[in-house]
Amino acid sequence: MYVAVKGGERAIDNAHAFLAEERRGDPSVPELSLAQIREQMALAVNRVMAEGSLYDPDLAALAIKQARGDLIEAIFLIRAYRTTLPRLGHSRPIDTGAMAAVRRVSATYKDLPGGQVLGPTFDYTHRLIDFALAAEGEAPEAPKAQPLGPVPRVTGFLDREGLIEAEPASDATPRDLTREPMELPADRALRLQALARGDEGFVLSLAYSSQRGYGRTHPFVGELRIGEVAVEMDIPELGFAVEIGEITVTECETVNQFMGSKTQPPQFTRGYGLVFGQSERKAISMSLVDRALRWEELGEENTGAPVQDAEFVLMHSDNIQATGFLEHIKLPHYVDFQSELELVRKMRREAMAGREAAE
Amino acid sequence: MGLLARADATRLAALFPDLPEHALLRGPETGAVMVRGRQGGTGAPFNLGEMSVTRCSVQLASGAVGHAHVQGRDKAHARRAAVIDALLQGDDSLRATVLKPLAEAEAARRQARAAKAGATKVEFFTMVRGED
Repeated sequence: MYVAVKGGERAIDNAHAFLAEERRGDPSVPELSLAQIREQMALAVNRVMAEGSLYDPDLAALAIKQARGDLIEAIFLIRAYRTTLPRLGHSRPIDTGAMAAVRRVSATYKDLPGGQVLGPTFDYTHRLIDFALAAEGEAPEAPKAQPLGPVPRVTGFLDREGLIEAEPASDATPRDLTREPMELPADRALRLQALARGDEGFVLSLAYSSQRGYGRTHPFVGELRIGEVAVEMDIPELGFAVEIGEITVTECETVNQFMGSKTQPPQFTRGYGLVFGQSERKAISMSLVDRALRWEELGEENTGAPVQDAEFVLMHSDNIQATGFLEHIKLPHYVDFQSELELVRKMRREAMAGREAAE
Repeated sequence: MGLLARADATRLAALFPDLPEHALLRGPETGAVMVRGRQGGTGAPFNLGEMSVTRCSVQLASGAVGHAHVQGRDKAHARRAAVIDALLQGDDSLRATVLKPLAEAEAARRQARAAKAGATKVEFFTMVRGED
């Protein structure tokens, strides 16, 4: 239990002043601008937007600067900020099929309409430190070719043959864990919301555990695509939908083996990942965890693997909840500890007395 | 409206610096819009996360009302977009002076990215196993 304490005001103020100075670092080194963080630390900005669950690159850049590069602290700042914003409404579901893709790869089809498009990827780089980046210089202009148009959805090819489970469209209003506390059992929509904002490291480790045999998923990356999509919203004053902006998202669709069950014939099944920004590690991880959590609706065996346990996954995926509970134990617990101290002293006295009596 | 919402605020201000007299009917006000996705890309909706949006409604002396919802937290941007929306109802000249340059800049930016993506298109060859 945490008991309120008071005092220490001057120490706290001074600690914050010290923090501000440390944040700035050596004043002879030029200060970072938000535009520099937004443009050159874009993947950090993307992670903060995804897990902060608020798409706003400038704000995420500011949070990263304020947090001295501690991304979970930056995510915390974004989460706190978003609670101050009135909810203006919700968008129409984004159409990722109409994405202006800059990257699109499939591990299941070599030749596919639209082609394999690598985009700005780390794949096939040698992971050798590039010392040339330590020197200032202009990046070379990337080569251009025939512009990439809209690319068809890979799972659509399987869908046409009935080889993959159908994904029935609906306009049902999804549950929203930011408006009502998470309650279990969580349907797939709620699980996807939690995973989309969940900690990348946690979701990655769960996905990895499922690949290693703790809850089998047997995934193929049917398609991974990154690009910009339009966001549309119905405006009541106008009586129609308007485009309110454009966001970059990463989408991953996995194709998984499925032997069939009592109710369903053998066919492929789906795992789905969708994340703000360019975050493909997270999107792939999310799609594996999504698929593993679907064991019940697909009539599969629960092997007791952590990744199949919705309560375990959903209650521990949020790094702000996790860090809040974890880090609070460093705050004053003097009263708690005093009572524990008393208890242990008393038990020791009794144990000693018992031993002496026995001798 | 989408074009005004997506436009770079600085660019929009440069294209249309001076706003005519107008009354604010609502806002400008910054809030969040919950962005939804679909399960499997095409299925039932789910909540992906929010985005910041600033909205504004204005009325010109002529009585024309304009609305704007723009991405981000820039109140001046939302106000300017709402005024232009109201003006566009009576004044088509803004299409050429404001909307056209915005559309061209956007098309050029998209075309450049699509062309750079196009240059990274590959052909994978499957290696045949066990071949000498």
